[in-house]
Amino acid sequence: MKASADETTRERDMPTVNEAPSSGHMIECRDLTKVYLSGDQETHALCGVSLTIDPGEYVAIMGPSGSGKSTLMHILGALDNPTSGEYYFEGQEISEFSDDELADMRRLRIGFVFQQFNLLPRATVLRNVVLPLVYSGIPRGEREEKAEAALRKAGLEESHWTHLSNQLSGGQIQRVAIARALINDPALILADEPTGNLDTKTGDIILETFNELNDKGHTIVLITHESAVAERARRTIRIMDGLIVSDQRNGHHRAAAVAAPAPVDAAAPAETAAAAGETEVVS
Amino acid sequence: MKLSDILEESVIAIGANKVRSGLTVLGIVIGIASVIALTAIGQGSQASITSAIESAGSNLLTVSPGASSSGGVRGAYGGAKTLLLTDAEAISELSLVKAIAPQVTGRYQVIATAGNSNANVIATTAAYETVRNVTMSGGTFITDSDTSSYSKVAVLGSTIATDLFGDPAAGGTDPIGQTIRIKSTKFTIVGVTAAKGGFGPDNADNAIYVPLSTGMRFLAGETTYLSTLSITAVDQKSMDQLQTDITDLLLTRHKISDSTSADFRVMNQADLASTMTSTSRTLTLLLAAIAGISLLVGGIGIMNMMLTTVTERTREIGLRKAIGAKRRDISIQFLVEAVIMTFLSGIIGVVVGWLASMGINHFGGLNSVITVQWVVIAFGLSALIGIVFGFYPARRASGLNPIQALRYE
Repeated sequence: MKASADETTRERDMPTVNEAPSSGHMIECRDLTKVYLSGDQETHALCGVSLTIDPGEYVAIMGPSGSGKSTLMHILGALDNPTSGEYYFEGQEISEFSDDELADMRRLRIGFVFQQFNLLPRATVLRNVVLPLVYSGIPRGEREEKAEAALRKAGLEESHWTHLSNQLSGGQIQRVAIARALINDPALILADEPTGNLDTKTGDIILETFNELNDKGHTIVLITHESAVAERARRTIRIMDGLIVSDQRNGHHRAAAVAAPAPVDAAAPAETAAAAGETEVVS
Repeated sequence: MKLSDILEESVIAIGANKVRSGLTVLGIVIGIASVIALTAIGQGSQASITSAIESAGSNLLTVSPGASSSGGVRGAYGGAKTLLLTDAEAISELSLVKAIAPQVTGRYQVIATAGNSNANVIATTAAYETVRNVTMSGGTFITDSDTSSYSKVAVLGSTIATDLFGDPAAGGTDPIGQTIRIKSTKFTIVGVTAAKGGFGPDNADNAIYVPLSTGMRFLAGETTYLSTLSITAVDQKSMDQLQTDITDLLLTRHKISDSTSADFRVMNQADLASTMTSTSRTLTLLLAAIAGISLLVGGIGIMNMMLTTVTERTREIGLRKAIGAKRRDISIQFLVEAVIMTFLSGIIGVVVGWLASMGINHFGGLNSVITVQWVVIAFGLSALIGIVFGFYPARRASGLNPIQALRYE
């Protein structure tokens, strides 16, 4: 496990935020497709997606359910291989990586934040945060330091660190999850509907944390179906029926969005998106 | 992933569902404990059979009259009248014979002042004491002069002594010097044998010994026929040769040319011992097999629990994979959980089995002997069960697709 980690990823294991691969992009996708087979039925989840994400960006990938955004996130997050197309992560083509190589990628370069939080329920906050380090074989003393740093960055008060994760509130849980995502100092933080299970107020605080992390130089890709959430990012990619329908910079100042979050009809995200009227088809 | 981390994760996971883990462990504990306790009983009975046979005398050959034979040394008791005192004298002249004790045996009602009993009365010579390994707890055994003078003296086995006179330790009479009446003849008690242990009504502790001459004249009714000849060989390795020599001698004396129609039987103590021990070894294996079945059932319990755990923890497995755990990390964790549980069960099972067999020894009246061999087997078996029955659930867990696992509700 360690040996393969060294081969595949150690050489790129340097401070991530300022790292620029030869092309300058952190992520470069060319014509990604994903086809699921269930019986004789072929489902085209992605029908040729090309995009680039540079270090330090904060991108929201938006789309209604069934649009392919989750599939895109899985491929971007090295959880799955595309059916065809090329995917360069930090200049390295990983679309043909094996399960174990992808596991190394996830462990060392990517931090995940999930809608369902996915903490170990009977473990302490600290134990949850150090879990990725456990799979890296990092010594215990070093783990503690890193965990404390990550928890500070994620903004969880020190008094909660020794609590069991099921004794915390939703917002606190998500902060633990963010700390866990940060602990390996990943190149990319992938957040899948991070506010989906939180009330608006708590969601706002979490989104504010993402903004702060982005300000500190972390690259973030956030998946959502709510335009209000997407607006908090610096760039929004809209996806529908497996294709990118728009890719735009969010020009407005972030502080305004914090002051007056736009009311969102969660049931009809597509309409909200259309109503925004700033669609600019790129692909 | 480091071993210490794997262990920590496994202990947390096992502790997370204490009741279920406890019940699963219990299944294996019962299996291991019964392997140990049952094999201890088997080994114990083997040991007591061996010691009973050895206590009957070492390098012992017995000659019984009659071909009517099915089994035991004394199978043809009084059945046939073919063995004469002169045969015994002839045998005693063979070079490989160390000692010989002719016996005439009968079962008679024995009457003492305090009580009466039915006992096996053995009329024999002084040699019996050494041939049959008799030890005295008081008084003396029959002497050669008793035999030559037709003395009416008797030696009591330890059990019959207590039956007739009560336990001397609990206020009974000391039998030595008392008289008993066997078949209306009065005998003076000159000795009591030490307890020997053994089984059945023909147990040596339940016998009364009288001089051969007295027994033949007053009890067996002027008989000249013997019930048994007990012979000691000079050493262990000459036993087979002596057996052949005796057979040949008696065939000649009885004028029988065909050895298959011999009117006597020569039994070798070693043969008997090996037959008996192999029987009890079979018993041990049978008991172990029964215990093994419960161990197997326990193993299936482990597998069942681990499979349930895998299903329950699908999301957790998905998460672990998402944050970079490899197939191997996941499968090792689940395998180690199963092995820890069986290992723990093994330790508890050994302790419980040990206590159980000590209890059986103490309260159950059955001899049980714990052998290291079976403890090691039981322990190894428990670890093996952990690996075998943990393997499939571990594979299932590691093979889960992280995306589907994360979405699992």
